[in-house]
Amino acid sequence: MLKSPAKLLQLTVTLLACAFLLVPTLQSVLAGVTVNYFQGVKSGLTLKWIGEVWTLYSSSIFLSIWLAFCCLICTLIIGVPAAYALARNPGRMSRVLEEFISLPLAIPGLALALALLQVYGSVQGFRAHWSFILVGHVLYTLPFMVRSVLSVMAAIDLKTLEEGAASLGAPAWRRFIDIAVPNALPGVLAGSLTVVTLSIGEFNLTWMLHTPYLKTLPVGLADSYASMRLEIASAYTLVFFVMIVPLLMAMQWASARAQRILT
Amino acid sequence: MSSRTFVALCFLPLAIFTLAFLALPLVRLILASGESEAGWAIYLEILQKPRYLSTLIQTVVISVLVTVAALAISTTAGLFLVRNRFPGRGVLLSILTLPLAFPGVVVGFMIILLGGRQGLINQITPGHVVFAYSAFGLFLGYLYFSIPRVLLTVMAAAEKIDPALEEAALTLGASPYRIVRDVLLPALMPAMIAAGAIAFATAMGAFGTAFTLATNIDVLPMVIYTEFTLSANIAMASALSVILGLVTLAMLLIARSFAGGVVAAGG
Repeated sequence: MLKSPAKLLQLTVTLLACAFLLVPTLQSVLAGVTVNYFQGVKSGLTLKWIGEVWTLYSSSIFLSIWLAFCCLICTLIIGVPAAYALARNPGRMSRVLEEFISLPLAIPGLALALALLQVYGSVQGFRAHWSFILVGHVLYTLPFMVRSVLSVMAAIDLKTLEEGAASLGAPAWRRFIDIAVPNALPGVLAGSLTVVTLSIGEFNLTWMLHTPYLKTLPVGLADSYASMRLEIASAYTLVFFVMIVPLLMAMQWASARAQRILT
Repeated sequence: MSSRTFVALCFLPLAIFTLAFLALPLVRLILASGESEAGWAIYLEILQKPRYLSTLIQTVVISVLVTVAALAISTTAGLFLVRNRFPGRGVLLSILTLPLAFPGVVVGFMIILLGGRQGLINQITPGHVVFAYSAFGLFLGYLYFSIPRVLLTVMAAAEKIDPALEEAALTLGASPYRIVRDVLLPALMPAMIAAGAIAFATAMGAFGTAFTLATNIDVLPMVIYTEFTLSANIAMASALSVILGLVTLAMLLIARSFAGGVVAAGG
């Protein structure tokens, strides 16, 4: 395999890049279970820091899970019918609409949050409620749901399937529920996992929208990086990894599965 | 209910949500940028005041450098992983795509673990090498989350290149260097431009990493944040946000005209 210097160079770059990405990750995992990071692993291993993270930040963790769940429900309710309608009306208007709802992918979260704050920041009951953060999360994750579902719906022969159902007397809403949605399920699943993963990790919008009583997991992370000792920050990062890595793996599996339908 | 009415109803939740929480706020943001004493001249002010202008230049320079570095690293690694099958390849690929789901704050913390006061580099080198909180630390942080994004785009494109092209070049006596320069890079160019534009846009707008690291260096998102929270200069924060949004939007449009489909920004 390494017969040429060019190959050797490629391998070196690949390994260095891997090291760059992996070493701090491992350091963080290790620091999260080390008694004293200054003295290193020889000071012993402990779950004490994880325990402290739990007492300090468990409410943030639960809020994030709750937000991700609500965000999923909202993107399903808004996104799946929208994707269906877009698939039924392919054309210039649909393209423009798709572009428009995809704006939150292009515009930095900070700018979006600023825009939201200026319109709704003074609505007290809303501003201080978790649903305000939820709006930000839905805004940011919705395009992923719509695209994921739409790409599958565009790839299956929705028209023929629906015509068959219509000739058997199925009304429009039954065709949506019994034909379109079940056939697009791989896309819905891939979209759902993406939405949950992104919602749990969302920081840019959330930092601007959150209140001191409503800290999500990543907001708590930023807080612990700024004010806690390295071991607690690391332990909290470890907790985040434990939550996000399985989700990420499931997301990649589901996307690959949905992708197979398209090709 | 007719089929047409039902499809129109399917748009309803989307229409309500995006009008209320996307269209209205964006219009408000643009209008707010003109509401200071300077009016719309505030955009001129950004180019005239050294503080804003230098921030803008600094952000663009860091983003360009990150884009170039990420392209160089990810294209090299991506080509290697596409063209070679060996034990452990899957593991390397997983490692390189793992940070996709890391929020910017976590990436910032990773850089602190490498180059912070208690960081690895400071521990294993004699003397004090602390770079996490400098422009270089920021560069590394942006590079950290750019590598996986660029890698995935480049690998997808590389898989579509016909290996017969390389073999043909080889039989015609081309050196490995010539094959890369004359066969692989031209074929990869659209994907590289697309991935580069996405990397650039992401770096321009990255807030979380800058928030964790940038104690000594001002980048655009940090300045927007301080203008809004500390100075309560809402018009300036809005104007800078509009500029930031337009720049990233333009970059992503370029990306799409070359490759179609946009990879996740954010972080």
